[in-house]
Amino acid sequence: MSATTGPVAINTFREAVRDRVLYNLIFFALLMMGAAILVGEISIGIERLVIIDLGLTAISIFGLVMSVFLGVGLVSKEIEKRTLYTLLAKPIERWQFLLGKYAGLLITLAVNTAAMTLGLAAALFYVGRPFVRSDASILIAIYFILLEFALITALALFFSCFTSPMLSTLFTIGVFVAGVFAADIRNFGALAKNPALKGIATLVYYLVPNFQNFNAIAAAGHGDHIPASLVGQNTMYAVLYVAVLVLASSAIFSRRNLK
Amino acid sequence: MSASAIEISELTKDYRLGFWHNRVRRSLDHLTLKIEDGEIFGFLGPNGAGKTTTLKLLMGLIFPTSGTARICGRPIDDVKVHAEIGYLPEQPYFYDYLTARELLDYYARFANYNSAERRERVNRFLELVGLASAANVQLRKFSKGMLQRVGIAQAILHDPKVVFLDEPMSGLDPIGRREVRDIIHNLKIQGRTVFFSTHILSDAEMLCDRVGVLVEGKLQGVGAPSEMVSMQVNAMEILFELREGLALPATLAAAKSIGGRNHVEVPEEKLYATLDELRKCGARILSVSPVRPTLEDYFLKLAGKKPSAPVPMEAVSR
Repeated sequence: MSATTGPVAINTFREAVRDRVLYNLIFFALLMMGAAILVGEISIGIERLVIIDLGLTAISIFGLVMSVFLGVGLVSKEIEKRTLYTLLAKPIERWQFLLGKYAGLLITLAVNTAAMTLGLAAALFYVGRPFVRSDASILIAIYFILLEFALITALALFFSCFTSPMLSTLFTIGVFVAGVFAADIRNFGALAKNPALKGIATLVYYLVPNFQNFNAIAAAGHGDHIPASLVGQNTMYAVLYVAVLVLASSAIFSRRNLK
Repeated sequence: MSASAIEISELTKDYRLGFWHNRVRRSLDHLTLKIEDGEIFGFLGPNGAGKTTTLKLLMGLIFPTSGTARICGRPIDDVKVHAEIGYLPEQPYFYDYLTARELLDYYARFANYNSAERRERVNRFLELVGLASAANVQLRKFSKGMLQRVGIAQAILHDPKVVFLDEPMSGLDPIGRREVRDIIHNLKIQGRTVFFSTHILSDAEMLCDRVGVLVEGKLQGVGAPSEMVSMQVNAMEILFELREGLALPATLAAAKSIGGRNHVEVPEEKLYATLDELRKCGARILSVSPVRPTLEDYFLKLAGKKPSAPVPMEAVSR
């Protein structure tokens, strides 16, 4: 990280920590402890599936909420509180500021996810299940969740560069929902008789990121093997999407008047 | 020939208003100004005159509709120029989850100091602005005046050649204002250029080599404060005491009594005649002083006029 982007990223992480964003971990810990105790009582033989399913879903939901709401505030909060004025008077380009903010939130999400992963491991350990080789798929599923966070944060950052925090939140959630149902949108387009509708559905399918690609929770729960090729594809897909969104955000933000 | 510290040429900023952005409000109108190295320049004007807009344009926070500006010879859109400048925004806000020390350390990182240099500088500047004892307090617990001091510290932490201060005295008590005046004065002694906007005319009169007055986005006058107020004497003020039981003649009915003393303003040509009259009625003359227009008078005169009205002051820089 460069001499200018690094301090911005570290400060963004520090802000999240001091503003008690990581307090969500307490809820996650309570959820995992409660689930482990409850599952141990009622679901003989399927503890693994239930704990992994619940844990990964919770990691995903907690992180998604953080990605959207913190992502939307990355730029808008700095403008609203006017903290950006003194910062941009230092020798830092606007794109470096954006990249630093983005990296800072990714660090926050990664630390948060790592802590939740440890919580999930503790819950699995509690239900008395030894770790096996196929558990690697849990880590891959978590990696995919992180890629998903990177994409959603980039989307939130992109929208917040040209619209209000409320609209940015709506747009980000909208794109996320469309991305989750990307395959259905494509199928809808294929079935539609109206050519305009068909065209719109196809355009939306290709424009929004396909978030279903990143969902490996079921595979992880069943201990299924996740091929390396899928890991490579998802990584490339996310990196490219994020790069385009961050570049577009920089281009927009570099021309914005900070009134 | 070396470049001026700040060169502004025909700088104009329009804001588009309304839902369709079809209305235009001109915030700054063809500002042309040159500020030399080592000068303290005061930018005066009423609220909404365009002072903050000018500073934001120079900082690259907003972009000009037309015109150009250079700082230390570099165009304002070159980010390298920011290594040479310091900026205190109006009513500054900072990351309130940081302590004063952490905030200054954060900003010092952009000047590429190593950790030992940063530590030394941060301590020195906290001391300079009188915040050494509050160095480890989170900024959310700071008063407005304390935030202003932190703001000044971050603006000068990296020894910039040109310092821009937007209302630096705002929110400060008389002691704080005096300290900021001393800081600005010291910056001048160190050979730095200071460009500051202010409403407090006495500060401008005390500190500035030159001042510029901006009204409705137009520069109305630039010059040394003494040039602006001129040495012309408007009247003479006589301060005197009357012994008990003595009355003033009818010609001095305009005299006012404040705190047991009387004062009267008379035209310069009637001074000696008035003094004779006072002597005749047994008054004790305490002082005689000329009444000159102040910078405030000049400022109010400009602010009250339409920008298009001509004023007897050279409206271009030297």
